[in-house]
Amino acid sequence: MDVIKEDLVLDCSGMLCPLPVVKTSKAIKGMEIGQVLKMVATDPGAPPDMEAWSRQTGNELLRSMQENGKFIFYIRRNK
Amino acid sequence: MSKSDPNAPKRLALIASKGTLDWAYPPFILASAAGAMGWEVGIFFTFYGLTLLKPKLTAAVTPVGNPAMPMKMPFGPEGFQSFNWPIPQLIMANVPGFNALATTLMKQTFENKGVASVEELRDMCVEMDVRMIGCQMTMDVFGFKREDFIKECEIGGAATFLEYAADAEVQLFV
Repeated sequence: MDVIKEDLVLDCSGMLCPLPVVKTSKAIKGMEIGQVLKMVATDPGAPPDMEAWSRQTGNELLRSMQENGKFIFYIRRNK
Repeated sequence: MSKSDPNAPKRLALIASKGTLDWAYPPFILASAAGAMGWEVGIFFTFYGLTLLKPKLTAAVTPVGNPAMPMKMPFGPEGFQSFNWPIPQLIMANVPGFNALATTLMKQTFENKGVASVEELRDMCVEMDVRMIGCQMTMDVFGFKREDFIKECEIGGAATFLEYAADAEVQLFV
């Protein structure tokens, strides 16, 4: 897998719904279009929620993966 | 007739009709999640839900008459925490201070699990410009005044909410 270079890391470990999507939304709004956010979460509800969030906002979920019990998302700001 | 502006963002219209701690969560969770997705959100606070617009939230929860509510401890080993205490309704209803205890336990459990408090969720909603409408009729019935509620809310009636909800893709009664 290619390495994705992030511009900002957001750690949502230990947070439950709706905090990961709310914090992600806030972080993305503070970034430039084209920049990539890496978000780390432990909430098992985060993967389907981040997919829905990405479809609804038009920001691209470049990769969604699981590593050492954490869910990691790479999101590119498109809008 | 659908939306006048096809490019307008999606809209969520909620009615928050309950003021206990357990029921305070769903409207604020849904509203903040929708706001995070770029949707427009409006909440109509009516009947007991109106108290969720007070500056200082005092929402409590009672296990009495609420048989599906798990009675769990927010501390101790995992097995202890996941144990559902079979306390008879008769005892819960008659022990003074039981509701305060149940409220404290629920708040602590939620905090331990990483759930935001109702205050935090409401603050997020305010920050995301969620439209909050307090029910004028409920104010009149229970004797509330405009200054009893946060300044970010507006006051309106059923028609105000319905006009807003008519243009919403999602409408829910909580």
